[in-house]
This record gives sequence, C-alpha cells and structure tokens, in this order.
Amino acid sequence: MTGLRLWGYVAAAGVLVALIVLPQSLKPYGIALLSRWAVMAIAAVGLNLTLGYAGQISLAQAAFLGIGAYTTAILTTNGYPFWSALLLAGGLGFGVGWLLGYPALRVQHHYLAFVTLAFMTMAYLVFRNEAWLTGGVFGINRIPRPSFFGWSTAKPLTYYYVCLGALMIVLAGAWWMIRSPWGRAFVALRENPRRAMSLGVDIRSYTLLAFAFGAALGCIAGVFFAPLVEFVDPSSFTLADSLGLLLMVVVGGSGYFFGPLLGAMVAVLLPEWLRMTQGLYLICYAVLVMVLMVFCPSGIFGLFDKAVRPFNRSAPLAIGKEARR
Amino acid sequence: MSAVLEVSELRKSFGGITAVDGVSLSVDEGEIVGVIGPNGSGKSTLFDCILGQLLPSAGTVQVDGREVTGMRPCDLNRLGVSRTFQMLQVFPQLSVRENLILAGQEHRGSMLARLLGAGDAGLGPSAQNMIEFFRLQHLADEFAGELSYGQQKLLDVAMAFMSGPRLVLLDEPAGGVNLTMLATLRERLRDINREQRATFVVIEHNMDFVMSLCTRIIVLAQGRVICEGAPEAVRADPQVIEAYLGH
Repeated sequence: MTGLRLWGYVAAAGVLVALIVLPQSLKPYGIALLSRWAVMAIAAVGLNLTLGYAGQISLAQAAFLGIGAYTTAILTTNGYPFWSALLLAGGLGFGVGWLLGYPALRVQHHYLAFVTLAFMTMAYLVFRNEAWLTGGVFGINRIPRPSFFGWSTAKPLTYYYVCLGALMIVLAGAWWMIRSPWGRAFVALRENPRRAMSLGVDIRSYTLLAFAFGAALGCIAGVFFAPLVEFVDPSSFTLADSLGLLLMVVVGGSGYFFGPLLGAMVAVLLPEWLRMTQGLYLICYAVLVMVLMVFCPSGIFGLFDKAVRPFNRSAPLAIGKEARR
Repeated sequence: MSAVLEVSELRKSFGGITAVDGVSLSVDEGEIVGVIGPNGSGKSTLFDCILGQLLPSAGTVQVDGREVTGMRPCDLNRLGVSRTFQMLQVFPQLSVRENLILAGQEHRGSMLARLLGAGDAGLGPSAQNMIEFFRLQHLADEFAGELSYGQQKLLDVAMAFMSGPRLVLLDEPAGGVNLTMLATLRERLRDINREQRATFVVIEHNMDFVMSLCTRIIVLAQGRVICEGAPEAVRADPQVIEAYLGH
C-alpha cells in the first residue's frame, strides 16, 4: 500500500467518524441538511455509475428519486412496512432503468440526453396529473419514518443515522461493483465501446445494467427521501432537480468514486453557507460552479488527482479513469 | 489441415462505392496469412465484415465451419476470434495490467460470477505473464495513455491474446513501431503461432515485416483479390507491382 493511499483511507475514516460524531452537536436544521446530503449522495452515486463510469448521460435521475419517494409515500401511508417500499422501489427502479437503457443502445450523447429528458418530463407529468395515485399537486403528507424492530427513527438525529447507514451500504456495494470486472467493463464501455466489443464485452448488457443500477439507486434514495421530508409533491422531482444531481456528479468529479459525495456536499450545503451573503448567495454559488468548471472540468476530485499524480503514478486514485480512475 | 476461417464471395458497398467486391479466402489452422494492398483497397473493411463490425452486403463468413456472418463482435470473440485495429485502441485511463485483465475477463464465468468473484477475474497471473512476454514489466502499473506509441501498440497486440484466441486478425500491427520493437513484435507473434497453434491474418503496409512473418500473402486491389501465394511469388507478380506502382 502506498503512503498516499494509506492517507486516503485514514482521511476517509476521519470523515466517517466526523459524520457520526459532529451531528450530535448540531441543531435540527443542520441535521436535516446532512440527512438531505446523505440521501442525495445515494442518488448521485447511482448517477455516477451510469454517467461517470459507463459514460451514459441521464437527465432522469430525479424521476427515479420521485418514483422511489412516491412508492414509499403510497405504501407506508397505507400501512405497508418500510422494507416493502425499499424492495419494491429498488426493483421498480431497476426495471424501469433497464427499459430506459434500450434507447441508449441506439442513440448517444446529447440525443440520449433528450431521450432521458423526455422520460423525466413524462414522470413529472404522472406525479402531477395522476392525482388518484400521487395526490397530484397536493402531494402526499404524513409519511411516517420507519421503525426497525421497535426502534423508532422519528427523531431527526436517529433518522440521519439511518440515512448515513444506507449511504454506507450503498457505497460498499458500489465499491465492490466498481472494483469487479463489471467496473472495468463500464469504463471500457465509456472509453471505447468498439474495442470493448472486440474483446468480448457485451456492451448491450453492460449499458442496460449501468442504467438499471443507476436508476435503482435513484429510487432507493427516494425511499429515504420521503420519510425525511415527511411530504412529497411533484415540485421536488423536476428537470431542475435532475440537473442538480448531474451537477453533484460533475462538480465532485464524474467517474471518481467519492466525487458524488463531495458534489452532493457542495450542492446541498454550499448554498446554505452562502446565505450569509443574503440576496447574493445564488450568484456566488453560480460563479463558484462556473469557475470550477472552467478551470477544472474533471471536478474537485480531478483537481486533487492532478495535484497528487506526480507522487502517485503507480497507484491510481480511482480505479479506471484514475478510481476506476 | 482444416480451415479456421472461410470467407466466400464477401461484398460490402457504401452507397455507390463497393469497398469489398466478392472476396473469397480460406485460412488454415496455424497459418500466418498476410493481407496487403494499396490504401483504399478494402483491407480494413474486409476485417470489419469478417468480425461483425460491419454487416456485409453479400457473402458468408465461417469460423471453424460455423457460419458467423454478421455475428456480434463480442459473441465472435467468445468463439475464439480476436483482433486489433488499424488505429490504436487501448484504454488510456486503465493501467497496462487492467487493460490486459479487461481483455480476458469476459471469458471467465457468468456475468454474476464476474460481479461476485475476484476483482481481477483470476487473470492476475495471466496478465503478468503477458506483460513479461511482451517485455512491458516496467510499465505494468502505468496508465496505458502514458505509454509511447510503440509501447501502446505492443499492449494493443498483447490484449488480443489475453483470451487465448484460435484466430487473430491484426490490422497494421507494425504501423508506427520502431525497429527494435518491431523485432520484438515479430518474435512474439511467431512464438505464439508456434506454441499455441494460433492462426493469424495480418494486414500490413510494412513489406519487410509482412514478408518475413507470413507464410502466405493475399493481395487486394479495389476490393478484389488480385494475387495470392508465397511471399516471394507475390513480390514478383506483375499485377501486384502494377497495383502498387500504377502503369
């Protein structure tokens, strides 16, 4: 193990400890923000699988977030257990994501972006117009927070730990996948599908899987999102929210394993920190994002990677595009 | 000796242009066959049609007696057919070792087994052997994109052998490679041909390389086979000289 990689593990452990300990001294609003970060990070990790590793653009991640959130809202407000919502939403996300992957077999890049954008719009219209199912513009409220073996998670801090635990499990699963031959095949699909095919990589299957797993994680994020805000309505699952998730992946570093976590941190927490600038905070936020994209299009982790590369030539930070990068 | 590759009356048209015009050829097991011809004679299009990258307009392709015309490249690769491309096609953001593992991993177990199994799909030792075989030891953990052109070319060729193929189609393997590396490449290809009985079809413009490596040469011009035979006979054939030098 190189010294740099060891420091990386130490830093990751330090961040995890901080994420466990620090919220205990935070007010409920701070805890809610961190919970939102954890949930959005799950969705962004999913999008990073689809976009960052497999190179398939998707503007529909908020639609999957919505599918997961509405599934949970409908089931749990009708007395079904949280677990059933988790399983159903995960399966639904996988299935719908798999189907959405089919257009990607025929169209790429901005054309694919338009296909996913159309799906996003269609999902939003369903959330808004199918009032018999989704409550329409009034949404669904009083979504209960789950209990596990009699242990209630109704308190903000307790539910934050549930979201953090879910994020850790998702990260462990994604890490395993990215380190497996699947991760290498995703990178091959992104980098050079023609060559990948000639090496036996079934790019059709891997494209569909990349969409399916990305969508499933979007839905799982939605499952945790609904009890967090205790109310869902269509305004939380718009194209702007999909673009926000895309921003998280790109700002953090598309194709870097920890990129979405940092990107979600920037997208969720930075606007709050910039509120001290009062009316200027959105302008400051936009300028910061633009400066970052101009000077470092590979995101914050890309910037970090460039800095440490001279000391880390034999041990790439990310596996692949440097963690599979 | 049985034919590993059998191409019959293969034709490929792009609108009004016929790039491959009724090509038939047969390659026996263990042969090293060269395919030469001037630029635009249809060599790479022929490869693309054989390997499923392009759907032929007419004709058939058989591998080991089984018709594979239009079969997907990934399925063809699983039948033991591998290739390299005219332009470099390594994965620049994977290390040399990971490029090699990627090149062999899809032949290991089922999709699910590849997800749940070892990260290197059990190919670590094979990749190391291939790295040593092609003398890339000092570059094993470098990004492929950071290698010199010649080193990438060696890696590109090495990747084609990771799945233990029976038939390998090499598209200009010597292009842009310096003399020292060219000698290594020729030596390695001969070793693999001798030890594994692998069959090669090689497109090449470097006449010294192709004439010294191949046992038989097929010459294409304007999409058609104009000459076929031993290297010395082909070199002296008036039709070949005319195709290359014109009237």
